[in-house]
Amino acid sequence: MSEVKEIAEIPSFTVTLSIRRFDPEKSEEASWEEFQVEMHSTDRVLDALHKIKWEQDGSLTFRRSCAHGVCGSDAVRINGRNRLACKTLIKDLDINSTITVEPIKGLPVEKDLVVDMNPFYQAYKDINPFLLANDKPEKERLQSPEDRARYDDTTKCILCAACTTSCPVFWTDGQYFGPAAIVNAHRFIFDSRDEQADLRLDILNDKEGVWRCRTTFNCTEACPRGIEVTKAIAEVKQAILRGKP
Amino acid sequence: MTKVHHHEFDVVIVGAGGAGMRAAIEAGPHAKTAVISKLFPTRSHTGAAQGGMAAALANVEEDSWEWHTFDTVKGGDYLVDQDAAEILAKESVQAVIDLENMGLPFNRTPDGKIDQRRFGGHTRDHGKAPVRRSCYAADRTGHMILQTLYQTCVKLGIEFFNEFYVLDMVMTEVDGQEVPAAVVAYDLATGELHIVRGKSIVYATGGFGKIFKTTSNAHTLTGDGIGIIWRKGLPLEDMEFYQFHPTGLAGLGILLSEAARGEGGILRNAQGERFMERYAPTIKDLAPRDMVARAMANEVREGRGGGPNKDYVFLDLTHLEPAVIDAKLPDITEFARTYLGVEPYTEPVPVFPTAHYAMGGIPTNIKAEVLSDNDTVIPGLYAAGECACVSVHGANRLGTNSLLDINVFGKRAGIYAVEYAKTATLPPLPENAEADVVKLLEQVRSSTGDEKVAVLRRELQDTMDANAQVYRTEESLNEALNKIAELRERYKNISIQDYGQRFNTDLLEAVELGFLLDLAEVLAYASRERRESRGGHFREDYLDRNDDKFMMHSMLYKEGEPTGEIGAGIRVGWKPVVITNYQPMERKY
Repeated sequence: MSEVKEIAEIPSFTVTLSIRRFDPEKSEEASWEEFQVEMHSTDRVLDALHKIKWEQDGSLTFRRSCAHGVCGSDAVRINGRNRLACKTLIKDLDINSTITVEPIKGLPVEKDLVVDMNPFYQAYKDINPFLLANDKPEKERLQSPEDRARYDDTTKCILCAACTTSCPVFWTDGQYFGPAAIVNAHRFIFDSRDEQADLRLDILNDKEGVWRCRTTFNCTEACPRGIEVTKAIAEVKQAILRGKP
Repeated sequence: MTKVHHHEFDVVIVGAGGAGMRAAIEAGPHAKTAVISKLFPTRSHTGAAQGGMAAALANVEEDSWEWHTFDTVKGGDYLVDQDAAEILAKESVQAVIDLENMGLPFNRTPDGKIDQRRFGGHTRDHGKAPVRRSCYAADRTGHMILQTLYQTCVKLGIEFFNEFYVLDMVMTEVDGQEVPAAVVAYDLATGELHIVRGKSIVYATGGFGKIFKTTSNAHTLTGDGIGIIWRKGLPLEDMEFYQFHPTGLAGLGILLSEAARGEGGILRNAQGERFMERYAPTIKDLAPRDMVARAMANEVREGRGGGPNKDYVFLDLTHLEPAVIDAKLPDITEFARTYLGVEPYTEPVPVFPTAHYAMGGIPTNIKAEVLSDNDTVIPGLYAAGECACVSVHGANRLGTNSLLDINVFGKRAGIYAVEYAKTATLPPLPENAEADVVKLLEQVRSSTGDEKVAVLRRELQDTMDANAQVYRTEESLNEALNKIAELRERYKNISIQDYGQRFNTDLLEAVELGFLLDLAEVLAYASRERRESRGGHFREDYLDRNDDKFMMHSMLYKEGEPTGEIGAGIRVGWKPVVITNYQPMERKY
């Protein structure tokens, strides 16, 4: 066995978080509020949010569930970048400066870090995010490992909205389908078992479809699952122009 | 005054994880169906399952449903109801094909069939050698199942009530029998209540791992659904059987799939020894989870743990090709990098058992019908998945049998819920159906004591980790029970800080703690009363399995209110195990 790496005791330190607060039951205006919390370097931003909620201000409101980056509940904007709070280690941020946490942009804020996700979910539903095939197989359909690999990357999407709400086009035009919907369309367009690629390509050939993408790569950088979002969008664009390869 | 909305459906499903959505896919096309969930469906914890779904497809080597049944029974330390295990194994093949047909992107063999891999406790020919039975999609099989089921629900136009917390079930008498009439849900966005009536009501609410501190479970897994059943005076079965998954990331509890060992990963102690060779000479690291978890805990207790506090062991993947790791275990190796800063290509990963899965739960028969005692069916009430106990997992669940369970019994719950709803009439709704929920919420809102919910929850989790984990004794369980009694008293003196109507998670965390306290007590008390060691339940003061006295399911009933005395307000009954082919034998691997 190779050398065992010992995980030493980690000293704690104090960090300051500045959180964007909004509660329409109290005020029409959003405002920043600072909190100081004692954290360890293995802690994540979600741990800091919990610590504040549980020890300082129970009214601080955010979504979370699995706490390890697979459920997609806690996408927020940390120091100006879209990330999952549960996958962002405090030590990877500059702990000597104030850490800012605010809701993801482009969706209506409901309360503190909670946004209305419905416009995002609607765009997802609009691209027909399900297998469309007319065959009635008695057993499993066959699919070669190569065909399976063709759409592997886009099956990783957890619908956290980090990509879509990092997109400058989406910020200015809420009608744009956005990267996440296109990623989920890609997942089916390039699945050899699906028979309705043209249907989805037609939908995304719309004026609010893929052509609004300006290839800023914000979405690829924001994806907590490491999906090459911009590449997927480019492949959909090519498929519209040249037909599905 | 709280605003109350009313809805009527044929089938009402509580929970939008794998079991709930699988039921909805059966029910939706045939009956007016609603799915109510405290989360948006794809946030459910089915999505965190990694390794695979067992089915004897025999795509890569010889296999049979009969071997799968035997492994399930033996893995469950013979407390499995064998009629249910036969159904699980027989219907597994169709369950996988259903998912493939819905579009699930399984990994494939070179000739295009669904690929299969090894997993703990799954063997060829009654224990001769490990068998490749687990169908998988990289190490995100649960994610793909959850996505595929949700996609299918979107296709079918299933009606969802998302971020609605079901807090109560209203029962009513029909023809001299108590039947469910409705559930009462709290809408997180508005704070308003919804009474959702149904002819059939299906519970698919998952587990309650948050009674423990170190757990692979989501923050939202607080057992609300099982807790509601308990508060209605209906029994819970086999609650002492809780699975601790061997490979949680040390100190964090985040799950590293058993697939890591299925692909060849090895557990080592601080001396580098492959210690499972001593505990399970034949299948070693692929022994069932209860045995591996105890072996790991024992290595640490005997001073062979690693790290500054010698409190964990190591999962060694360094001998695997990086390409294999990338193709088959990408997510879990990233967890090690992200959360511990460990590079699994070159460094062994610190791991320790983490609270993972409840084998017990709401007792059902093989039609997923909920029972009010050992065999009386409650008409119109169903349960499936982790919240249910059918019992296919007995005293210890085999890896990959839970994703199978939600698909087989979720589907059955949907089918039988529709069948019942087709001939049933909507039960009458009692007056003031929302009264208990209004009272519950009012109690929390008006309480002005100085206790904090988070403090009580942490003390509960600490005592459960210390006293009701892998090793248990009468003394430790009594300590847990006394602590829970103390916490119950203090719970009467909590106060919250958020009194708003909208998105009040402060209020709901307080309500959830109430369910956690109830379920922790039931688990600890059931563990105290089972004075033997079997599967995931290990008593240091009763080391052996005792088939003469305890070859039975426990059935726990709430009778009256807790008084602080151990066991007050809880009655224990026992229920025979269904045996078809396999007589209990000593469990060796």
